[in-house]
Amino acid sequence: MALRSVVSRKTLAPALRHYRSLTTFTLPDLPYDYGALEPAISGEIMRLHHQKHHQTYVTNYNKALEQLDAAVSKGDAKGVVQLQSALKFNGGGHVNHSIFWQNLKPVSEGGGEPPHGALGWAIDKDFGSLEALVKKINSEGAALQGSGWVWLALDKEQKILKVETTPNQDPLVTKGVSLVPLLGVDVWEHAYYLQYKNVRPDYLTNIWKVINWKYASEVYEKESA
Amino acid sequence: MVLQLVMAPNWCGCGVASANSTKISTNAFKMSSNRFNFSKPYPGRAYRVTAYYSLTTPPYELDALEPYMSKRTVEIHWGKHHNEHVERLNKHLKTSAFYGHTLEEMVKATYNNGSPLVEFNDSSSVWSHDFFWESMQPNGGSMPKGGVLDQIEKDFGTFTNFKDEFTFAALSIFGPGWVWLYLKKNERKLAVAPTQNAISPLVWGDIPIIGLDMWEHAYYLDYKDDRSAYVNNFLDHLVSWHSVMVRMMRAEAFVNLGEPKIPVA
Repeated sequence: MALRSVVSRKTLAPALRHYRSLTTFTLPDLPYDYGALEPAISGEIMRLHHQKHHQTYVTNYNKALEQLDAAVSKGDAKGVVQLQSALKFNGGGHVNHSIFWQNLKPVSEGGGEPPHGALGWAIDKDFGSLEALVKKINSEGAALQGSGWVWLALDKEQKILKVETTPNQDPLVTKGVSLVPLLGVDVWEHAYYLQYKNVRPDYLTNIWKVINWKYASEVYEKESA
Repeated sequence: MVLQLVMAPNWCGCGVASANSTKISTNAFKMSSNRFNFSKPYPGRAYRVTAYYSLTTPPYELDALEPYMSKRTVEIHWGKHHNEHVERLNKHLKTSAFYGHTLEEMVKATYNNGSPLVEFNDSSSVWSHDFFWESMQPNGGSMPKGGVLDQIEKDFGTFTNFKDEFTFAALSIFGPGWVWLYLKKNERKLAVAPTQNAISPLVWGDIPIIGLDMWEHAYYLDYKDDRSAYVNNFLDHLVSWHSVMVRMMRAEAFVNLGEPKIPVA
C-alpha cells in the first residue's frame, strides 16, 4: 500500500499510542444489602469485605495496570516482570471477589437452595452426592494453611467437576487453564473472623445457607455446552 | 539421639522461666549395667519420658497489652491459634524424624531450602509466636537506648527511618506473613524484611531481633482492615526494646558488631 511505504512504523507508533487507552476497573455493586446474608455472614463483615478489602484490590490493581502500561510502552522488560506479583495478587483479588459476590444470595432470594438440573446430576456423578461435595469443600477449606480460596470448578477439557484450592488471591485458572470457577469460598480470615473468630469450620458449615447454586448452574450450563 | 537437658531458648531475659521445657527421652539411651539400669532407674515405677512441645506463656497477663492489643485478641491468638500449632506440631512429632530436635533446628531443617516438609509450618509458627509474645511488653514502644539505638542509627540512619522501613515492609506483604527486624550475620548489620506465611529469618540463617505477626488474626478484631494503625501502635506502644537488647547481646556471641565505643580519658 502506498501509504504504508511513506509512513514508517516509527512515525506511526506514537500516533497509535495516543489512541490506546487503559481500561481500569471499578468495584462492582453487591446485588443485595450488606445485612441480607445474616445470620450466616454478618453485615459488618460484608460491608468491610466489599467496601474495604475488595475496593483495595481494585484500587491497587488499577495502579499496577498503569505501571504495567508505562513499563510496556517504555519496553522495560524487567519492570513488566516485576509487576507480575502485584497484578496476580490485586487482579486475582478483584476477579475472585467479583465471582464471590455472585456466589452468595439472601435466603429470601433462593440462597441455599440445592442445585437442580444439569449441575445437580454432575455433582452426583462426580462426587456421589451434594453432601459429599459440601463435606469435601469444607474439609479442604478448613485444612488450607494461611489464606486462600476453595473452589468448585468445572474442568472444561476433562468435562468433570473438581474441588481445588488456591493460595492467597491466586485465581482458579492458575491451577489449570481449562478450569472454570462455579463456586468460590473465601477462606481468608477477613471473610469470617469478626463473627466466627478462629473457628473457620463453623463459617464453612454456615455459608452453605446462602450459597447461590442458581448462578453456579448457569455458569455450568453455559460452559459445558 | 542426643540426650538434651534443655530449656528451650528464652530470649526475653525478663527473669521469667518460660513453661516450655523439652523433656528428655531416654528411649534410645540404653546403658547396660548389671547394677544400675539407667533406662529404668526406679524399678516397679511406671513412667514414660517423652519430648514434646508445650504452649509457652507470654511474659505478661493477657490483658497487659491493652488498649493496643485487646485481651480478647491475645486470648484467641495465643489460646487458639498458637495453641493449635503446638498441638499439630506434637501430632506430627509422633511419627516425625525430627522428634527430639530443638525448635530452631527443626525450623531450619524442615524449611528444606524452600520445599518445606510437613512439619515446617507448625514448627515455624510455634517458634515465631513464642518470639512474637516476647517481642512485646506492657508500656513498650517509645525509643530504645544506648547500644541498641546506636546500632539502629548506624544501620538505618535514623530511628524514624527504621520505623518507616519496618512499617512499609509490614504493609507490603501479599497475604499472611510476618515482618522482622533481624541481624544479617554476614553483613553484620540490622535489616528489615517481610516474609510470607510462617517463614522467619531463621530459615536463611540470620538472627531475628523483632517479629511482628501480620496475619489477619493478629489484628482484625482490634483494627479490622487498618493494618497501619496496628503496626504504628506496635512500634509506638508495644515493642519490647528490653527483649531487643537481650537478643542483640546474645547475637553478639555469634556476630562481631565491632569494638565498643569506650571514651578515652
